[in-house]
Amino acid sequence: MASAVRDLELDLDAFEGPFDLLLTLLLKDAIQPSEIDMAGIVVAFVERLAERDELDLDACGEFLVLIAALLELKARHLFPDEEAELSELEPEEAAEELARRLAEYRRMKHASVWLRERLDEERGRYFRIGPAPLAPSPERRLAAQEPLRLVEAMRALAVEPPHVSLSHLALRFPPVAQFVQRFRAVLQRRRRFDFDAEVQGLSRVEQAVAFLALLELRKDGEIAISQAAPFAPIRISRAEDASSQSDEGRMLQWTARSA
Amino acid sequence: MDRPLRLISANPVDALARTVEALLVVASQPLTLEELAEATADDSERIATALGLLSERYSEGRSGIILQKVAGGYAFGAAREAAEACARLFERPIERGLSQAALETVAIVAYLGPVSRPEIARIRGVAADSAVASLVERGLIAEAGRESGPGGAVRYRVTSLFERVFGLESLAALPRLDDIGEDQAAIRDRLLEVAEARAS
Repeated sequence: MASAVRDLELDLDAFEGPFDLLLTLLLKDAIQPSEIDMAGIVVAFVERLAERDELDLDACGEFLVLIAALLELKARHLFPDEEAELSELEPEEAAEELARRLAEYRRMKHASVWLRERLDEERGRYFRIGPAPLAPSPERRLAAQEPLRLVEAMRALAVEPPHVSLSHLALRFPPVAQFVQRFRAVLQRRRRFDFDAEVQGLSRVEQAVAFLALLELRKDGEIAISQAAPFAPIRISRAEDASSQSDEGRMLQWTARSA
Repeated sequence: MDRPLRLISANPVDALARTVEALLVVASQPLTLEELAEATADDSERIATALGLLSERYSEGRSGIILQKVAGGYAFGAAREAAEACARLFERPIERGLSQAALETVAIVAYLGPVSRPEIARIRGVAADSAVASLVERGLIAEAGRESGPGGAVRYRVTSLFERVFGLESLAALPRLDDIGEDQAAIRDRLLEVAEARAS
């Protein structure tokens, strides 16, 4: 169920893709944690939970651990160790970088002042706002057509399709009693037999019915069924023989392994 | 018999001007010269002449409607003298309550767009989430694809409504960034002066 968290599809402003890719990119410093909208991730996960009928506690637990770690990462990134950062730069370099950022911001701030003035000038100008006008639909130009070809095409469509036989799809179930009697007869002749060998050559449906017959006989206590290993041949023996030669523990073991 | 002399002759683009006028009345956003030429199935030069005629007719002081060259096209708007009356009946909801943060954000998008939200936040130094959401809701900015690479951030650009609200013919009408703001060197010198003063 861990994949329920890792496969969580995210559509955030700073990232689009599965949650595990986001984690990878964050760990590789390809994305800054401060750019990620953590609330958006939580909302996406809660929506995923709401879509499912059952509460997946494993997924919830894993998500809580991951999101808590991401939140801590983001918090650390938002409040970096200033002393460590500054120690990497010479004072002139730090001043240069700071000045560059400040100048960039100040230019935008001044641009916003200009826009504010412009807005004030335009405040008295009213105009109509509405949806975009409908674009005229382009005319579809058809190549020259021959009516006879259309007639031919329609005639071909009008022909009744050939009847398809579904007879091979019909399932014929032989009666279970038939196999019950057959297995009883075999056990009268032999003390035990292999189910697979006995039903060899029968269709899948017949084999299924034969197995149902085995279950019926087992239910009535007439036979014992054993199987050495999963997918090994199923061995059938008379119930009295089985009880005499095998103890109850082996039967329980079979039952448990079959289950 | 001589025909009477006609002192006032009809302008040859009068009929075209009436059609252009009708198109501009119907349109809810500015129409470009090319769009008008296509709709009227006429020559761009004749459309320009017709627009010149309409500009004279629909100008401040002559009509309650004025023809504006805005957002890369032509559109009708209300004359300024009608602004007070318009304000009693209508409002301009797009710029109502536009915060300083939103204005700074829209300035960044207008000058640097298409630009992503993290980039806006880096320039402004604070998260731009609510400002961007507010501008998108107002229709002043719109998504313009994503940054390249896996999980690229959404990028934004300004819309033609932005140009219309701010009365700009196009984004080229924005003042050059070099002409506004302080010089980087001046800021750096001032920073160093402050640093030296603190050290001493």
